[in-house]
Amino acid sequence: MAEAVSSNDNQYLTFTLERELFALDIASVREVLELVNITRVPRTPDAIRGVINLRGRAVPVVDLKQKFGMGSTARTVNTCIIIVEVDIEGEPTVLGALADSVQEVYEMESSQIEPPPRMGTPIRADYIRGMGKSGEQFIIILDINKVFSSMELAGLAQALGEAGAEAGED
Amino acid sequence: MMSQDDVHRLAYLEEAKELLADLEASLLELERTPGDTDLLHKIFRAMHTIKGSGAMFGFDDIATFTHDVETVFDKVRNGLLGVSRELLDLSFHACDHIRALLEPDNAGDAGLTAAGRTLLEGFRRYAGEEAAPAAAASAVSQEASPGVARIYRLRIRPQGDILVTGNNPLHLLEDVCSLGECRMFAHVEAVGPLDDLDPEACLVWWDCVLRSPASRQELADVFLFVEDECDLTIDLLDDGCAMDGEGIHKLLGQILVERGDITPADLENALSAQKRLGDILADQGLVQPSQVASALAEQTAVRDLGQKQAERQEKTSSIRVAADKLDFLVDLVGELVIVQAQIRQAVDERGDPHLRGLAEHLERLSESLRDSTLSIRMLPIGATFAKFRRLVRDLSTELGKDIELVTSGEETELDKTVIERLSDPLVHLLRNSIDHGIESPAQRQAVGKPAAGRISLAAAHVGGEVCITVGDDGGGLDPAAIRAKAEQRGLISPGAELTLKELYHLIFQPGFSTAKAVTSVSGRGVGMDVVKRAIDALRGSVEIDSERGKGTSITVRLPLTLAIIDGLQVQAGGEYYVVPLGHVEECVELARDEDGQRRRIVNLRGEVAPVLSLREAFGLGGQPPAIEPIVVARVDGERIGIAVDRVVGEHQTVIKTLGRLYRDVDAFSGATIRGDGSMALIIDVAALVRREALFEAGRT
Repeated sequence: MAEAVSSNDNQYLTFTLERELFALDIASVREVLELVNITRVPRTPDAIRGVINLRGRAVPVVDLKQKFGMGSTARTVNTCIIIVEVDIEGEPTVLGALADSVQEVYEMESSQIEPPPRMGTPIRADYIRGMGKSGEQFIIILDINKVFSSMELAGLAQALGEAGAEAGED
Repeated sequence: MMSQDDVHRLAYLEEAKELLADLEASLLELERTPGDTDLLHKIFRAMHTIKGSGAMFGFDDIATFTHDVETVFDKVRNGLLGVSRELLDLSFHACDHIRALLEPDNAGDAGLTAAGRTLLEGFRRYAGEEAAPAAAASAVSQEASPGVARIYRLRIRPQGDILVTGNNPLHLLEDVCSLGECRMFAHVEAVGPLDDLDPEACLVWWDCVLRSPASRQELADVFLFVEDECDLTIDLLDDGCAMDGEGIHKLLGQILVERGDITPADLENALSAQKRLGDILADQGLVQPSQVASALAEQTAVRDLGQKQAERQEKTSSIRVAADKLDFLVDLVGELVIVQAQIRQAVDERGDPHLRGLAEHLERLSESLRDSTLSIRMLPIGATFAKFRRLVRDLSTELGKDIELVTSGEETELDKTVIERLSDPLVHLLRNSIDHGIESPAQRQAVGKPAAGRISLAAAHVGGEVCITVGDDGGGLDPAAIRAKAEQRGLISPGAELTLKELYHLIFQPGFSTAKAVTSVSGRGVGMDVVKRAIDALRGSVEIDSERGKGTSITVRLPLTLAIIDGLQVQAGGEYYVVPLGHVEECVELARDEDGQRRRIVNLRGEVAPVLSLREAFGLGGQPPAIEPIVVARVDGERIGIAVDRVVGEHQTVIKTLGRLYRDVDAFSGATIRGDGSMALIIDVAALVRREALFEAGRT
């Protein structure tokens, strides 16, 4: 395993959300699971779908599509959970990310990767580490740490507060 | 990879730190009861061990330093020096010094070496000044409190005419025997034929091995009135400081040499022959057969008595285990409990009676395995409390205040991790009480309070929780000052109506920590947000009670353990949840009103309890059943009903944390794994009820 890690500096796991092709640095990917039952945690933002049991651990699953404002991920035969290890404020955290389908492990030299364009991408530019290309199709390489750091709790707590306020009104 | 040496050194560091903690606790205890010889022995032993193993593992500076301190305490222990404030101060500094020496970074630090020298100077001066036995000190030595048992060898040789003066050696021997466990050997060789016997001459003498907590002086005192008629030698064979019974079973030859019966050269010669040593020595006419027999008797006696000591130590023995091994064990047991729950569910579905029997057996086993595993991690909180004595002593001296720390509930057991993580917040609370809560002696007397302040630290089990209270009899919080500060900082709108409790809770706001005006007036707020955060992280809660001029008490409530609980599984809106069984009183059923509206209160045999619906609280939607099961829980002494769709049953629940992303979700204390492998959320009933109450309050 150790050898494999050292030799896959330029490897990316590609996956789709809607029609867009995304990629994650393989170093942060732990495994890919089929979609299992997700236990919803009440009063949390919709983009965090809930927790799953990953060999005895409670692992939160994030709906990337919802996070990016692309609608919610529906269950299909291809739906997967990509288990990633990200760094949130210096703490390694294991999370799941929903993907419509997982494609392949794709190799790209860093010279092939371009910086994200200022506009025109379907998601916020600061979530993007760079743009790659597979044939004619662009690959959006995600900065996974940024994506998940932004799920950080200021936002979550706020969402909870709003939910609470609503509940208080009815 | 760590070398074996490093492993041993690490083990020594751990042990030494623990010994230092014990030492400090004993010193604090000694300050209160200066006459306790038991404590003096304990202190001496701790130092002895620190010194001995320090030398063994290459901590020479520690060994040298401790040796000199130990020498002083040996004098104290033997009643040659008294216990005074000065000695205690020196000793506390010595503890700090040893602790500093244990830090690997400090090796060879010149400043530290100098500090050590100054300290030793102090000790030496102390030993010098009080070299004459102080009156109090001799009282200490004579106090017959049960100290460490030492083993002595006595040789009692009455002179022939001792009987003439009216003394009876047998009475002396009885007195010796009364001091402890005793083995006697009588030397009767001088007793001749009956015809020649002079009934007024004492011809017998005795060798005696005694195991007794008495000091050498006490032994000598027995013979006080026969000093001139009796030759007495007392040797200390074992001072009770040897950690294991080793090194006290001496070889026969060694004993004879020690007693001066033969010379080492005689022994050498004798050993070169092939016969049994005793016979050889006797044959060669070097010793009388009776002397050999006496020495043999001593050998046996010392071995027996020493073994008794070793046995006693074994009974209270413990094993040092690395914490991560224990954590791993708890994890494994957690997994086992989950599998067991899965098996139980599968068996219930199949209905095979044979399997059911096996499953029940497995359940019993895993339950007791769980309990005993968790109990390994449970430690009494007393050790932590003891640490605080030192803090209170130092800080109050520094601030010129006179403060007594009263602790109770030391035996209350808590999960090791909880205790460790609790230490910092408690230190904060105590500091606050000392620094700001308790007024200066002059101020106290001005308002008619005793000059000495009092801080109480209490722990107790309350239901499934532990309550730890830090209370002081100081000035109390000033609500007006807190309000003013909070308004100034924009935390509350001017004139907002707040209950006293809500007002007090403002001091947990991060902004308050730097608010100098408040700290000087009300005396609270330094780092209180840190306390709150630490307690929250332990799934605990903090409460403040305060009365102006009378004092403040802060109560921390904590769950017993962080790992596994008994839980009641319920279902609501298609999801599964777990209610900790510790909170559950009973389950009842409640039909809806005729108009289909949910009832908000339930009548429990005449007592009214509010009901909250999980569906509503969690925004699950959907239609609840016509007859709703209500789980009745007790929270903060009040009963509250929780309406669910279905009560599934009781299960052992392994708590899995929800992780960072859900850190601020307070209605759940974690998640657990259900029999089918999916997850169920564990409801933090207290937090849920608090939040619902808040919404209710917001509605009206």
